Amino acid sequence: MAERSTQMVAQARSRGRNRLSAHNLIILAGLLILMAWSYVGTEFSLRQLLGGESAVQILTYIRKLFPPDLSTEFLLKTGYWTLETFAMSFLGTILAVLIACCLVFLSSRNLMFTGLLFEMEQSRPWIRALRTTLYLTAKAALNLLRTIPHLVWALILVFAVGLGPFPGMLALGIHTGGVLGRLFGEVMENVETQPIEALQATGASRLQILFYGILPQVLPECVAYTLYRWEVNIREAVILGYVGAGGLGQQIQIAISLFLEHRLLTLILAIYLIVTAVDALSAHLRRRLT
Amino acid sequence: MYVLNQICKIFDSRTVAVRELDLKIGRGERVALIGPSGAGKTTLFRMLNLTIPPTSGTLLFDGLDSRHFSGRRLREVRRRIGTIYQQHNLVPRLQVVHNVLSGKLGSWPTWRAVQSLIRPTEADLALEALRHVGIADKLYERTETLSGGQQQRVAIARLLAQDPEVILADEPVSSVDPALAAGIVKLLIDLSETHCKTLLMNLHSVDLAFAHFPRLIGLKDGTISFDLPAAAVTDEHLAALYVGSQTEAVEEEIFSRAEPSFVRSCQPHLTR
Amino acid sequence: MQNRHSSAPVSLTLPARRHSNFQIVWSVLFILTFLGSYRLAQVKPLLLLEPEGRRNIWRFVTGMFPPDLSWDFVSLLGRPIIETIQLSLMGTFMAVVIGFPLGLLATRSLTFTGILNEREMVDSRRSVFLLRKGTYLLVRAILSLFRTIPEFVWAFMFVRAVGLGPFPGVLAIGISYAGMLGKVYSEILEHVNPGPLESLQATGASRLTILLYGLLPQALPNLVSYTLYRWECAIRASTILGFVGAGGIGQQLEISMRMFNFNQVLTLVAILFVMVAGVDVLSAKVRRTILSRSSV
Ligand SMILES: Nc1ncnc2c1ncn2[C@@H]1O[C@H](COP(=O)(O)OP(=O)(O)OP(=O)(O)O)[C@@H](O)[C@H]1O
Ligand SMILES: [Mg+2]
Repeated sequence: MAERSTQMVAQARSRGRNRLSAHNLIILAGLLILMAWSYVGTEFSLRQLLGGESAVQILTYIRKLFPPDLSTEFLLKTGYWTLETFAMSFLGTILAVLIACCLVFLSSRNLMFTGLLFEMEQSRPWIRALRTTLYLTAKAALNLLRTIPHLVWALILVFAVGLGPFPGMLALGIHTGGVLGRLFGEVMENVETQPIEALQATGASRLQILFYGILPQVLPECVAYTLYRWEVNIREAVILGYVGAGGLGQQIQIAISLFLEHRLLTLILAIYLIVTAVDALSAHLRRRLT
Repeated sequence: MYVLNQICKIFDSRTVAVRELDLKIGRGERVALIGPSGAGKTTLFRMLNLTIPPTSGTLLFDGLDSRHFSGRRLREVRRRIGTIYQQHNLVPRLQVVHNVLSGKLGSWPTWRAVQSLIRPTEADLALEALRHVGIADKLYERTETLSGGQQQRVAIARLLAQDPEVILADEPVSSVDPALAAGIVKLLIDLSETHCKTLLMNLHSVDLAFAHFPRLIGLKDGTISFDLPAAAVTDEHLAALYVGSQTEAVEEEIFSRAEPSFVRSCQPHLTR
Repeated sequence: MQNRHSSAPVSLTLPARRHSNFQIVWSVLFILTFLGSYRLAQVKPLLLLEPEGRRNIWRFVTGMFPPDLSWDFVSLLGRPIIETIQLSLMGTFMAVVIGFPLGLLATRSLTFTGILNEREMVDSRRSVFLLRKGTYLLVRAILSLFRTIPEFVWAFMFVRAVGLGPFPGVLAIGISYAGMLGKVYSEILEHVNPGPLESLQATGASRLTILLYGLLPQALPNLVSYTLYRWECAIRASTILGFVGAGGIGQQLEISMRMFNFNQVLTLVAILFVMVAGVDVLSAKVRRTILSRSSV
C-alpha cells in the first residue's frame, strides 16, 4: 500500500512539472501549427465531411455497395483469389525469414568481430578487416531492403517477371526480410552472455555456440516477430495485388474501375475474413509459444 | 600446469581486478582459493580458462604461452579445462540433457552437435553424469524450470561430461544445502584424486576448504595475500584476509540504504 | 555421500522423451500449407534467370542510373513531398481523434470488467451490464472492420465518393489507422497496473477522473510511442495512396513507372528513403525523451 501511494505521489509530481514546463508548451504549439498547416494543405474540410456534400456522397456510395454479389460462381472465384493472397503472404513471410537468417548473423556485431567470442583471438588485421567489411555490407543490405517499401519492390519485380502472385511474394519477402533482419539482430545482440561464455570455455566452436547458446535463447522471440509480420503481410499482400501481383487486390482494382460495387463488397468481406483468420491464428500460435 | 607471471587485469582501463599476480600450480594439485567478495577470484578463473586475456603479464598453460593460442588450437586447449561457474551459466530454454551434453562440444564436430539437438546422441552419458549429482530424473526437463541448486548440479554434470584435465570450480556449492555441498565437494575431490586432475576451487566456506584441500590461497584486492599448506594457515591469516574490505563493503551497503539518523545511531555499535 | 545419491530410486534406463502432439500436428500443417501455397502462388524461381526476366531487370537497373536530378523534374516534386507529409500528419491526427474514444470503449477493464466495475457487478441491473458489454463488442467489431480493409481500398472508395486529391487520402488513413490505433490503445490500457486505479477509486474518484489521474499518466508513453510508429507507417502508405489518386508522392512514382522513366524512379525512391529515415530518427528521438521523462 505504501509503495503504491509513493508511486502515485511520484506520478503526480512528474505530471505537475510536465504541465508547467515551457518546453512542453513549445512542443504543443509546434504541433498545433503543424496541424493547421496540414489541415489547409490537404484541403481537409470538416464541414463538408460532417454535413455537406461529401457526407452525402459517401453515404450514397456505401448504399450502392449493397447487396454483396453472392452468386456461387463469384463466391468460388473469390475463394480462389483469397487463397492466392494467403499463399502470397505465407510464402513471402517464409522467404523473409530465409533472407533475414542469411543476413542477420553477418550483421551481428557480437558474432562477427567484437565481444566475448573474440577476447582471446589475435587474428591477423586483414581477417579482422574482412569481417568488419562483411558486417557493414550486411548491415547496409538490410537497411536497403527495409527502407524501400513493398510497393516499390513489387513494381520492380512485376516489371521483371510479369504479373501474378510470384512477384508479389518476392516483394513481400524482400522487404520483410529487411525488417525481420533488423528485429532479429536486436534480439541477437541482447542475448545473455553468461551461458555463451560457459560454452566457449568447453572448447565449442563459434558455430556450435550459435546452435547451443544463441539460437535457443532467441528462437521464441524471433518466431513471435515472424508471426507478427505475417499479420502485417496478409494486409500488404492485398495491397500489392493493386500493382498486378494477383489475388484479392487485383480484383478489387478491377471491381472499382468497372463500377462493380456489389462484387466489391464481396471482395471486402473476403479480405475481412482472411485477415481476421490470420490474426487469430497468429495470436493463438504466439500464445502457445510463450 | 599453470605458471602465472606478473598477471594484471584491468577492466575499462579503470577497474583493477587482478594486480601483479604470481602463481604456480602443478599437475594434479588440489587448491582452494578463498577471499572476500570482489577480490578478483572470478576474474582470475576467467583468465585461467582462456576466456579473457590478461592486460599484462604472461600466463603459461602446460608450458605454452596463452597468447599464442588462437582458432582451433585455442579451442583444443579450452576443451582440456572445465569450468563450473558461480552463476551456473546454463542455457535456460534448453533441456537439461542438451546443457549436459554441451560439455562434449569441444570434441564433437559441428554436424554432430546439431544432430544431437534434434535427437540426443549420447543421452546415456548425460544420464550417467546426472546420476552422479543425484538428479537423473530431470534429464528431459527444461533447465529454467529447475531450482537454483538443481541448476548448479546440472552445471557440474556438464563438467563431468566434458571430462577435462583441469577443473576450475567457482563457488560450485553456493546455492545448495550444506549436506549436499559437502557431497559435491567430495565428488570433485574424488574425481581429481582418481584421475589425477588438477582442481582449483573457489570457496566461501573456509571450513570446507580446510577439510578437503592440502593447499590454500588467500586472494585479496587482486593479489595473493597468502599461499600456504592448509596446516600452516592460521586464524591471523584469515582475519587479515577478511578484515577491512568485506566488512567495509557490508557497512557501505547497509548505510547507503538506511536513513542518516539510523546510520548515526548504529555506527558506534558497528565500529566497536 | 555417494551412497545417498545412488540410493535414490533412479533407474539407469533412459526416460522416454516427450513428443508433444502440438509440434507434430503443426509441422504437418505447415508443410501442407507450404506445398499448397507454392502451387497457388505460381512460384517459378527460374523466371528470374530466364533471358527475358534477366533483360528486364538489367534494363531496369541500368535505366535507373544516373538518377534524374534535372531541375525540370525535381521542381515538380516539392508539392507532392509537402503533400505527403501533410497527409500523413492529418491522417494520423484524424485516426487519433476517431481511434481514441473507440479505444476507450473497447477497453474491457473500463467498460465491464475489472476492479472499476466490481461493485457494479454486485448490485447490478443486468440490463446495464448487457448494454455495456454490447457496446464493447460492437466497438470491437467496428475497429476490426476499419483496420482489416487496407488503406488503399478505403482511399479508392473515398476517391470515388469525394473526388481526387489529398482529402480522400486523409480520410483513408484516418479510418484505417483509427482501427489499428483503437485496438492497440485498448490493449495498452488493459495492461496498465491496476493498483493506483484501485486506490483512486477508494478515494471516491469518478470514472473520468480515474481515467485522467490513474490510467492515462501510466499509459501515455506507450500510447504516444505507438502513435508515432503509425505516423511512420502513414508516410510509407502515402505511396500507395498516390497510386489511386489520393495525393502525395506516389502519384509521381506511378507516372514515372508507367513511362519507364527509371531514372526518375530512382530519384523518387531516394526521396522516399530519406523521408522514411528522417521520420524514423525523429520519432525515435521523441520516443526517447518521452520515455526518459516518464521514468523520473
Ligand atoms: N567484466 C567486467 N567489467 C568491469 N569490471 C569487472 C568485470 N568483471 C569483474 N569486474 C570487477 O573486478 C573486480 C573483481 O571481480 P570478481 O568478479 O573477480 O570478484 P570475485 O572475487 O569473484 O567476487 P565474488 O566472491 O563476489 O564472486 C570487481 O571490482 C568487479 O567490479
Ligand atoms: Mg566471483
